Amino acid sequence: MNQGFTVPKFRLPGFVAAVGAKLPQWPHALALVAGLNLAVKMRLLPEDSLNTLEDRLFRVRVRDTGGEAAFTYRGGLFRPVFRPGREPDLAFAANLSAFLQLLNRQEDPDTLFFNRELEITGDTELGLVVKNMLDAVEWPSLPRLPLARR
Amino acid sequence: MSAPAAPLPALVCPAGSLPALKAAVDNGADAVYLGFKNDTNARNFAGLNFDPKTMADGIRYAHGKGCEVLLAINTFPQAGRVDAWRRAVDAAADLGVDAIILADVGLLDYACRRHPGQRLHLSVQGSATSYEAINFAHREFGVRRAVLPRVLTLAQVEHVIRNTPVEIEVFGFGSLCVMNEGRCWLSSYACGESPNTVGACSPAKYVKWDKQPGAMETRLNGILIDRFGDDEPAGYPTLCKGRFQVQGETYYALEEPTSLNVLSILPDIVKIGVRAIKVEGRQRSPAYVTQVTRTLRAALDALASDGERYHVKPNWQAELAKVSEGNQATLGAYNRPWR
Ligand code: SF4
Repeated sequence: MNQGFTVPKFRLPGFVAAVGAKLPQWPHALALVAGLNLAVKMRLLPEDSLNTLEDRLFRVRVRDTGGEAAFTYRGGLFRPVFRPGREPDLAFAANLSAFLQLLNRQEDPDTLFFNRELEITGDTELGLVVKNMLDAVEWPSLPRLPLARR
Repeated sequence: MSAPAAPLPALVCPAGSLPALKAAVDNGADAVYLGFKNDTNARNFAGLNFDPKTMADGIRYAHGKGCEVLLAINTFPQAGRVDAWRRAVDAAADLGVDAIILADVGLLDYACRRHPGQRLHLSVQGSATSYEAINFAHREFGVRRAVLPRVLTLAQVEHVIRNTPVEIEVFGFGSLCVMNEGRCWLSSYACGESPNTVGACSPAKYVKWDKQPGAMETRLNGILIDRFGDDEPAGYPTLCKGRFQVQGETYYALEEPTSLNVLSILPDIVKIGVRAIKVEGRQRSPAYVTQVTRTLRAALDALASDGERYHVKPNWQAELAKVSEGNQATLGAYNRPWR
C-alpha cells in the first residue's frame, strides 16, 4: 500500500467551492455509493460492522470543492439519498487532499482529526465503526490514483 | 563500528486490524501485538481487532516473515463471566501465538497451569512497577517478560532490570495516559465503564463532538470536558485530557495531550538492558503503524550500526510529530526529576 507516490497537502481556491456547491450533487453520491457497493460485493467490508450501518444516514462533504453526498445503507446495499430532510447520523467534512490521503492510507484519520483537517460530527460510535471498518479493509491492489509520483 | 553494549531490543508494534498487522510486519516490527474482537482486551472498540479467521491469517502472515505475534488478553475477568477470559486464553494457546499478554493474576494462574509450555507476558495493565512484583509473577506463573507502566524514571527502570530475570519491555512511542496505568477509574467516574472493566476508556457511545459556531465542544456522557477553537488541535475525548476550571483558571488540570517519544534516549534504553520497545496505538490506522514502525526501525538500526555516533535525525522526529496526539512529545516519566 502507498508505495511509489504521495498525495500532497493542498487546498483548492475558495471559488471552486462556491461554484461546486451550485452544481448538482448527485454525481458525487452515485460515484461514492457505487464504490462502496463494489466493496460490499467483493466482501471487503465485514458483515458485523455493516449491520450496524443499517438505515443510518451519512454525509460526506468536500470542503474545498463544495461537493456533498448523502447516502444510507439498507438491505445489503449503500443507496444515495438525494433529499435527506434530516441531519445525518454521521457526517465527515474535509478538503479533497485530506480525503485522498485517507483513501491512500497515507495519513491516519486520528492525525487528521487531531489537526482539525478532518471533521467528524454526529454519532461517535458509528464514526468509530466506519473508521475501523475502512481501516480493516484489505484493498486488492487498486488502480493507482492518477497523481504525481514522488 | 562500535558495537552497542547490549543486544538491540525487539520492536513491538500495534495491530488493530489485518492491514495494520501487515504494515507493522512489512516495515520492520520484530513482534506485533493484537487482541480478540471482545472485552478481553483493553482496546475493545467497535470494528477493531481480530475475529478467529483474520487472527489466523495475521499469525500466518507474521510468522511467514519471521515476526512474532503477542496476543493481549489484558482486561480483568468480570464477575460471573470468568469463563470468557479463560476461553480466550485457550484460543490463544491453540492459535500458536508466541506469547499471551495477561494482566490478571487469576488468569495468569489459569494460563500457566492449563498451558504450561505457553510463554506469558505481564501486561502494563498489571501495573507491576517494582522488581518484587515482577519476580512474584515470574516465580508463581513463570512470566517471561513484563511491560513496565509509564511511571518509572530511566534509573528506576534500570534498577528493576538489575534485580529480575524477567525480560523488561518499555513504551517507546504513543499517546500517554496519566501516570496511573491499570488503576485508572476516571472513565468510570464519567461513564461507569473503564479500561479494566469493559476494555475501553471513554467508550465512543458516551462521546459527543458538538460543533458550535467557532468552536467544537467535547462531551463525555454529557460532561463538558473540552472546547476547541477552530484552529486548535483536538485531543482524545478522555477525562484525563480534558480542560477544566480549577480555582478560576481553565487548563489541562490532569494532563496535557502529549505523546511519548524516546528517540533521544534510545541509546540509554538499550544500554540498561531493555529487551523490547513497545509502540502504543492498536486503535490507530495502518497509516500510523507504517509511519511509526518505519521510523523506530530506522532509529534502532542506526543505533546498531552507528553506536556512539547515534543521533536523532530530524526527519524521524518530523514523521513522529505528525502522528502525535497534541503535536507535542515528551520523555514522560523517564527523565522526571522526582520519584
Ligand atoms: S482517563 Fe486517561 S489515564 Fe485514565 S484510562 Fe483513560 S486515557 Fe488512560
